[in-house]
Amino acid sequence: MIRDPEILILGAGPAGVGAALALADHGVRALVVDSGFAAGGQVYRPMPDTFAPNGTPGLGPDQEEGARQRRLLADSGVATAFGRLVWSIGTDLRVDALGPDGPEFWRPKGLVVAAGATERVVPFPGWTLPGVMGLAAATILLKSQCMLPGRRVVVAGCGPLLFAVANAVVKGGGQVVALADLAGPGTWLRAMPALLGRPGDLLQGGAWMARLAAKGVPLMFRHTVREARALGAGLKVSLGAVDANGRPMRPARDRTLEADSLVVGHGLIPSTEALRLLGAEMYFDAEAGGWVPRLDDDQRASRAGLYAAGDGTGVRGAVGAFLAGRIAGLTAALDLGRIDAGQHARAAGPLRRRLAQARRFGRAMSRLMAPPSGLYDALDAHTVVCRCEDVTRAEVNQALESGAADVNQLKSWTRCGMGPCQGRMCGDTVAQIVALRTGSRAAAGAWTARVPLRPLNVEALAGDFDYDDIPLPTAAPL
Amino acid sequence: MSLRIANQVRRGPAVTLSVDGQAVEAFAGESLAAALWAAGRRALRQSPRAGTPRGVFCMMGACQECLVRVDGQRALACQVAVYADMRVETGAAT
Ligand SMILES: Cc1cc2nc3c(=O)[nH]c(=O)nc-3n(C[C@H](O)[C@@H](O)[C@H](O)COP(=O)(O)OP(=O)(O)OC[C@H]3O[C@@H](n4cnc5c(N)ncnc54)[C@H](O)[C@@H]3O)c2cc1C
Ligand code: FES
Repeated sequence: MIRDPEILILGAGPAGVGAALALADHGVRALVVDSGFAAGGQVYRPMPDTFAPNGTPGLGPDQEEGARQRRLLADSGVATAFGRLVWSIGTDLRVDALGPDGPEFWRPKGLVVAAGATERVVPFPGWTLPGVMGLAAATILLKSQCMLPGRRVVVAGCGPLLFAVANAVVKGGGQVVALADLAGPGTWLRAMPALLGRPGDLLQGGAWMARLAAKGVPLMFRHTVREARALGAGLKVSLGAVDANGRPMRPARDRTLEADSLVVGHGLIPSTEALRLLGAEMYFDAEAGGWVPRLDDDQRASRAGLYAAGDGTGVRGAVGAFLAGRIAGLTAALDLGRIDAGQHARAAGPLRRRLAQARRFGRAMSRLMAPPSGLYDALDAHTVVCRCEDVTRAEVNQALESGAADVNQLKSWTRCGMGPCQGRMCGDTVAQIVALRTGSRAAAGAWTARVPLRPLNVEALAGDFDYDDIPLPTAAPL
Repeated sequence: MSLRIANQVRRGPAVTLSVDGQAVEAFAGESLAAALWAAGRRALRQSPRAGTPRGVFCMMGACQECLVRVDGQRALACQVAVYADMRVETGAAT
């Protein structure tokens, strides 16, 4: 590993790998830091190296692309620091991480943030029960562990991962008891032209939909999970119809099914803590998944030396992430004086054209992933919104009635978002509820990012050191 | 039927963990979250305020619901790989 990288890349998903490859092309000393144990990010999360694939992995051609990117990264000679969780970034771009060797820090001249996204799950009664898992979470279990989320599974939510996961469950020998999709077939038909622009992609929902129907999986369009209850070691899952806005309809016709597991997800949210910590200018873009940084055409954020790429800048998928990462790397090389503007333009031009194409697909995908607003209206008073602190919708409403005007006030009044997940699970839902009152997500605001970016004690696994050894960096202006 | 999909992969050497004092079979390198999931150990802790059972939810180190103790230290089950004789305690970490 190197001690003095010129550019530090946070995240080794496709965006981070793209940036690393571009920097290596121009002789920039770069370091990629990731909490995972290999490159690939969420989409290409590899199997443990003790596993040897001997069949067609359930989630298809992504395995090969992941292996290709890991090979390119290794061949590029770019330094990597895996197993390191970045927990602080100072205004001087000092990056602090905690890993197997204890605390470490670097002071790069530039930082490429390629931190990816987290999953959104809109709460419903029973969503905290063991046996209820995220839809994107289930892809990790399926592709990196070759494990079924259950023998009998209900798959629910919205977006292309629904069909990807259901298909992988069936392929792996499990049973999909039902697939409940918030969207109707018409929504899928309208998205089809853009989705088919990327044949062979994991997210080609259409082909899978047909295959699942042929296998007799009940496809329940315009349906949502009303409730999950524990039943022995398994679950009882109630599904019911919704209108085009996600509002409940015909409750008398709700159906209750027995299953081992419920896999449910409502799209992805860009992870922007690092950018917000550095005071990068942000704006709210519902279609991109939430708050995103304002970037120029070359992936520069609103302060010198700060670049960003990938799903952490707006959810557009793995192909777009890789291309945007390459452009970010080229721009960092330009700003370091390693290439001139002409070279940059010649290299970035074709990437940008391909990126525009990838984003067309990405946008169609994000639209399918966005939960309809009626889901939040339907959230009943007793439902837990904040998992960490067990804060209910009623408690959130009470704080709003007492005058909490934005998400930060709401947090200090209810403790919603103060728990160990630091609001990653409830932040979007809370903001959505606040926005029902304030009129917009922009007015509802976003939680202030704070150090440590993740709870540290949890990760300080193997180190032989004290917390006193961890130097506290100067806080960024909040 | 096991949750481990057999025909897609050859797993590493079998290992035995101790989970709350009971032997659990797993495979070297497997995610601890996956090993516990396959063993039917789905409730890993209780929420501090309401005391309701919680388990693996995000699989990516974000939700913190899979917090357990591994050889005495707090760890997220979804972020560690199992090894022989790993000692895991559920319900003990807050
Ligand atoms: C759980 C999950 C599963 C997904 N599965 C699929 C799928 O199967 N197919 C698909 O097409 N899309 C999937 N996606 C969508 C995903 O966002 C892809 O579009 C793609 O992975 C985005 O690439 P990226 O490089 O922008 O980010 P990512 O691939 O998410 O990479 C970001 C990397 O940054 C690292 N990181 C973030 N913060 C820190 C920190 N503080 N310290 C250290 N490291 C950090 C993470 O460990 C991660 O490896 C999934 C998303 C999620 C959240
Ligand atoms: S399952 Fe969410 S942190 Fe492990």
